[in-house]
Order: sequence, then C-alpha cells, then structure tokens
Amino acid sequence: MGMSSPEALLICEHCDTVYRRRTLARGDVARCARCEAELERYHALSVNAMLALILTAMIVFVQANMWPIVTLGLSGQQSSTTLWGMILAMWREQAQVVSVLVAATLFFFPLLKMLLLGWLLWFARAGRRAPGFVRLMVILHYLGPWTMSEVFVLGALVAIVKAHTYFDVTPDPGIYAYAALTLLITVFAGVDLRQLWDDVPEETA
Amino acid sequence: MSALPRASELGLIACTVCGLVCRNVPGDPRLDGDGVGDDMACPRCGTTLRRRKPNSYVRTWALLIAAFILYIPANVLPIMRTASLNDVDDNTIISGVVELWRAGSPNLAVIVFTASIVVPVLKFLALGTLLVSSQRGSGWARVQRAKLYRLVELIGYWSMLDVFVVALLTALVRFSVLSLVEPLPGVIFFGLTVVLTMLASMSFDPRLIWDGKDTDD
Repeated sequence: MGMSSPEALLICEHCDTVYRRRTLARGDVARCARCEAELERYHALSVNAMLALILTAMIVFVQANMWPIVTLGLSGQQSSTTLWGMILAMWREQAQVVSVLVAATLFFFPLLKMLLLGWLLWFARAGRRAPGFVRLMVILHYLGPWTMSEVFVLGALVAIVKAHTYFDVTPDPGIYAYAALTLLITVFAGVDLRQLWDDVPEETA
Repeated sequence: MSALPRASELGLIACTVCGLVCRNVPGDPRLDGDGVGDDMACPRCGTTLRRRKPNSYVRTWALLIAAFILYIPANVLPIMRTASLNDVDDNTIISGVVELWRAGSPNLAVIVFTASIVVPVLKFLALGTLLVSSQRGSGWARVQRAKLYRLVELIGYWSMLDVFVVALLTALVRFSVLSLVEPLPGVIFFGLTVVLTMLASMSFDPRLIWDGKDTDD
C-alpha cells in the first residue's frame, strides 16, 4: 500500500488500528471502526477560549479553597471547614494516607494542571511553545485521571445529607464555588490536549 | 492484511503520551513489545516508544490482586466513628449506605452504593475478565470487551467518593463532647484500594484485547 507521511496517519490507542487523518467539521467525532473508541474530535474551543476557561477556573479554584464549604450547627455551637481544614483534620486523626490523597487529588494536582495549562496556553496564544513545553506536556498527560474535584462535589452533597439528620446544615460559598468549578471541568473535559502538539510549531525554542 | 491494518502490520508505532505516529521501528513486528524497540524515544516528546505497555499482564495482575487484598479490610473494618454523649457508632461502608437509605435519602444511598460497592467490584470482575480473555487470545466479544475497559477507565475514580465524605465529616463534626466524627482504618484501606485499582486499569493495555488469533473482522 502507498505510504503517506506518518503525520497524516492516526493510530487508535485502544486497538492499534491505523487510519488516514481526515479533516473534521464542527461537531464531528471520528470513531475507530474496529473497537469504536473515539479517535479524534473537532476542536470546538480556540486557544483563547481555553485560556479564558482556565483563568476562570483558577479564580473559582481559589474561592473554592478559601471559603468554607459548609457550616454545621448543634445546640448553639457552629462548626465549619475548608478543604485545607479537611486535609489537616485527616492528618491529625491518624489518617495521613487519606490526608495526602485528599491534598493531592483535590488541591495539588488540580492546581498544577491549571498552572501548566495556563502557562502553555498563554504562549500558544502567540503561536509559540512555552519554555519547557515538551516536559510540561508529558507531565500534563500523566496528571490526567488524578484530579477529582467533581467527585468531591458529590461527596460534599452526601456528607451534607448525612449530617442533616443530626445538625443544622448551612451551605457556605465554598460549595457553590466547587459546583462552578465542576461545570468548568465538564466543559473542558471534551478538550483533547494533544492538539497543542500540532497547534504550536516546534521552531521557537 | 485486513481492511483495517494495525500499526504492527505496517511497521508503525504510536507514542502513548503524545500520539505521534512513528515509522520504521526495527525488530519483529509480531512481538508483544516488551524489550523490543525499547531504546527508541519518541522524537516529539521523548517518551520511550513501546508497541504495548511494558509487562502489562504481570503489572495489572499484581496491582489488581493487591487492590483486592486491601479491599477486604476496607469493607470489614469500620471507616468512620460517630461519637455523641451517650453513644458510639462505628460505620462500615455498607452500614453507611444502609443508614443513608433509612435517613431518608434513598437516591443518594444508591449513588454511594454504586460508587463504593458496585464500581470497585465491577473493576475487579471487568479487569479480571479482560486479563484472562486477552491472555488466552480469545476472540470473544472483542468490541464489548474494549467498551468494558473504557467504562472502567471512565468511572474508576468516582469510588473516591466515600473517602471524601469521611474527610469532610471528620473536619466538620467537632462539637467536643456533644458530637465527634473520627476516621477509622477502613477508610485508609479503601482509599488505597481505589488508587491501586486505578493503577491496575492504567497498566492494562487495551490493544492486547485485539492481539490474539485473528478471528475478528
């Protein structure tokens, strides 16, 4: 068979089937004919739009971490907590493993992901590769499934319902910030970050 | 060569990190990947190029078995203690679900049951099935098995739900003698189970599903 250049090819990462790359129209999703996995989708978000989303997410993330999440009341006493209150409480209560897990998946990894994306996209806007582009893109790939803010929102909801039986529960701004963050994450979930490899030319470094 | 050529048949290899298609990889194209072409780095991102994830079967089995061993204390041991003036109540994962059901939120109880019980059990069964069938080179229900793997990847991390619930309640319920919540060892085992099952599903290479005797297409 006639060999086209490797750049014009696409390999399904779920079954190794080789395809010729097609130009996708708005809303198109290319699927593997063998295993039905998604190969590629039309990039609906421009670099500018992605950067705007990331900056918004950063602001919301700061709010979600600063503001208390929920307040409990019991016979006149009040008790509230932030994300870091949770992390410290688990550390104090001899559950350091859980403390580290929570800190990593809800704070450090999401923060790192946003900072890396912000940095890469800021330069990509000018059509340039950010300093450290290659290494940061690889880190971003491995960070993939380890950010869990959206799981936490559901967890907070469950905790509120459980606490509701015994306490007066008042949701605080932090929980709304988390809900907004989840929305932003959902919008961003459809973005294949690998497009940045092709979007930004290799020369500048 | 079938209508849907695979990378190994064409002497091509895809970078697992950046997706770049690389050509002219030396070595036997039929080989599994372990040790073959391991000295070649992706020209774009520098990741070592491999036809298949290294030692996929061994690693996935090891992580899955380790996860299963930890899953036993995660369920048997209590994950959380609720102490009030005249009452100390230790909750396991399943008793927490039952209590949530009784306390008037069956919908949420179903969600927690799904995240904490159904998803981990599904992961053990699904990955176990995928490992056994792929190691035998079975051509059985390949498309469905590929979909099952993607489902496991997609929902895996939602199991962390209960860990976050315990952490939030521990930080919140601090009314000295009146009411206190403490984490108990079960939650540590459960958190580790979730991490290990995530690592297990990442170690499994879905391309192995299609590598057996060519009975498909």
